[in-house]
Amino acid sequence: MSPLNIKKGSTSHSAYDLRDPNAQAIERHTLAVLVDNEAGVLARVIGLFSGRGYNIDSLTVAEVDHQGHRSRITVVTRGTPAVIEQIKAQLGRLVPVHDVHDLTVEGPAVERELALFKVTGTGEKRIEALRLAEIFRANVVDSTLQSFVFEMTGTSEKIDAFAELMRPLGLCDVARTGVAALSRGA
Amino acid sequence: MSRQMTGAKMVVQALKDQGVEVVFGYPGGAVLPIYDEIFQQNDIRHILVRHEQGAVHMAEGYARSTGKVGCVLVTSGPGATNAVTGLTDALMDSIPLVCLTGQVPTFMIGTDGFQEADTVGITRPCTKHNWLVKDTEQLAETIHQAFHVARSGRPGPVLIDIPKDVQFATGTYRAPREAKVSHYQPKMKGDIAAITALVELMEKAERPIFYTGGGVINSGPAASQLLRELVDATGFPVTSTLMGLGAYPASGKNWLGMLGMHGLYEANLAMHGCDLMINLGARFDDRITGRIPDFSPRSKKAHVDIDPSSINKVIHVDVAITGDVGHVLEDLLKVWKARGRKVNKEGLAKWWGQIEQWKLKKCLSYRNSQKTIKPQYALERLEALTRGRDRYVTTEVGQHQMWAAQFLGFEAPNRWMTSGGLGTMGYGLPASIGVQIAHPDALVINVAGEASWLMNMQEMGTAVQFRAPVKQFILNNERLGMVRQWQQLLHGERYSQSWSESLPDFVKLAEAFGCKGAKVDSPKDMDDAIMAMIEYDGPYILDVLVEKHENCFPMIPSGKPHNEMLLGDASTEGAIQAGGAVLV
Ligand SMILES: Cc1ncc(C[n+]2csc(CCOP(=O)(O)OP(=O)(O)O)c2C)c(N)n1
Ligand SMILES: [Mg+2]
Repeated sequence: MSPLNIKKGSTSHSAYDLRDPNAQAIERHTLAVLVDNEAGVLARVIGLFSGRGYNIDSLTVAEVDHQGHRSRITVVTRGTPAVIEQIKAQLGRLVPVHDVHDLTVEGPAVERELALFKVTGTGEKRIEALRLAEIFRANVVDSTLQSFVFEMTGTSEKIDAFAELMRPLGLCDVARTGVAALSRGA
Repeated sequence: MSRQMTGAKMVVQALKDQGVEVVFGYPGGAVLPIYDEIFQQNDIRHILVRHEQGAVHMAEGYARSTGKVGCVLVTSGPGATNAVTGLTDALMDSIPLVCLTGQVPTFMIGTDGFQEADTVGITRPCTKHNWLVKDTEQLAETIHQAFHVARSGRPGPVLIDIPKDVQFATGTYRAPREAKVSHYQPKMKGDIAAITALVELMEKAERPIFYTGGGVINSGPAASQLLRELVDATGFPVTSTLMGLGAYPASGKNWLGMLGMHGLYEANLAMHGCDLMINLGARFDDRITGRIPDFSPRSKKAHVDIDPSSINKVIHVDVAITGDVGHVLEDLLKVWKARGRKVNKEGLAKWWGQIEQWKLKKCLSYRNSQKTIKPQYALERLEALTRGRDRYVTTEVGQHQMWAAQFLGFEAPNRWMTSGGLGTMGYGLPASIGVQIAHPDALVINVAGEASWLMNMQEMGTAVQFRAPVKQFILNNERLGMVRQWQQLLHGERYSQSWSESLPDFVKLAEAFGCKGAKVDSPKDMDDAIMAMIEYDGPYILDVLVEKHENCFPMIPSGKPHNEMLLGDASTEGAIQAGGAVLV
């Protein structure tokens, strides 16, 4: 024993405790964040996510009240229940944030995304693409002899499924808006 | 009553209307119009610093020792980037500041103009909120809003970036009461049902403890008063974080001393062994909790905090109360009294019995020496010779900081200024100047390490210029002592870069700055040296040559639970035969 009461040779171990990334299940939550539409507000929200190591699956933002200069940010995020609670509390304390709603737990909600798909090809593939688009209720918003641009609105899952089907048929570009969501009912 | 004036004039007017008496700042091209206005008035005093980091720490010292908002004025680019460390420090320790920065004119923003920096971008994560004002019409309103945000809820630093053309242009001045009511209104009152639930737990608890933090100080003197009343009425023991020292008096009979990594044995073991932990305005920082799964495993926990994001962030609690500590304490006392002032007397008596056992360990004891000054001895003497005076203490960061927290006693809030959350070396000297500016007649002492002190030593010039008689009490071990201690205990005694070489002669340095300095290296001269420092009418540097290899104990190594505390050899002497009694 050294005078410090520490066994000789026992002091070379790491001093740092790396917290075990706890066993709690990861959940996906859709949050609606109502903010003042002032300069930098989106950077503040995104900075909070990156600075604190939270995930963003999708994010949409636009001014929804032009008179009041309010924007609605819809964020789809993932984390353990404790992390989701932290995210909401951290968002809530940003000065320009008025309200944070967790649409995943606050009762039923509708979620929609808009996507545009560019599919190129000729012959059989082109016909098949058009047929599938009809089944999925996608609209043709642009066409040339070699290409279509389809527009589709739906859940993220539906959009994923359509993209999957279009891939072998000449899908070359996708643009998605990210999720917009509202609670159901009055 | 609105008036037309330039943006620069508006800045000065708004500061006056917000009750600002002192601004800590440094001029430059992008704030010249504001400096021109400062020149032409006498209501606001400007303290010219030597580095912008110093300005922010001074404002922190000013704010923390008065409860007011500290105010900083710096130029664009390097002025703003130099302020970043101070802003981060204030954010971590919840200190209310308003920092005004100059910016290149609006039409040049984005062109990489001379001394342009994306100040709002850089400071977004290190302020509570910030604004770039692009229109003089918005300027007064923004400044009023900034003061509101800085001081409301959990206090913090805010920044307003003001382009030079906005300073020159004319707009309408609006007084604070004409400004829009901000939607930012944090909740002050705690939920009565939750408060009652806590009272129920308090009535039954066998081993309760109050764990208090900086929130009690931030809440204002009334909160400290209510805390004292509650602690004394219930007879519960009370401990505090580094930031909360002084909320409950060190001489109070229920005081256990500071807790945490270098906290007292009895405080940490009481936290570990309690059955009810009542957190008042603290945040379960990792220096407090140690290893999370082993943190106070058998207790019910209640947490009072004005910041909802602090609750359940690190430690899951059983009773969560969002609100201002002062307001909650008031209701807590009311409910507890109305229900008949009940406590579990029998349980408490046993609990105190146990605590008294722990106290017998005398965990702060150290082996004194006739030849060399032990840092603990120096602080014991400083305490003995300054107790009872109108005294304020700031510190730098390192071993000396922890020893100061252990060996100095604080009887009142707002008397102890230290960098807790960020641990910023270089904080103490400028902070001491800020404190002294606010309390010109008080005794203000910066307990410093020689390495930290050098980080902002240029501010000694500020102290001399503004006749701030701050006392720099440097515990000079010629080591980055805290780093050296970790290397000794946790990195196989490999002392990589942890000594201070080519140190200046601090006495000559004092003379060079135009103040007084002295050196002391023998324990028998310690008292005289301290008295000479106190009695000198002006800034003073006392270079105390202390034992170079003293370690700071108790210590809970990072990632260890509270009951695996390391104690110094002096306190384990004799006790160790009791068979690993150190581990309870
Ligand atoms: C700006 C900054 N850089 C580095 C550190 C890491 N650090 C913590 S304590 C310390 C040594 C401080 O030495 P000194 O001021 O002499 O105090 P002592 O521990 O010797 O009392 C260092 C380098 C820090 N806290 N702050
Ligand atoms: Mg040192």
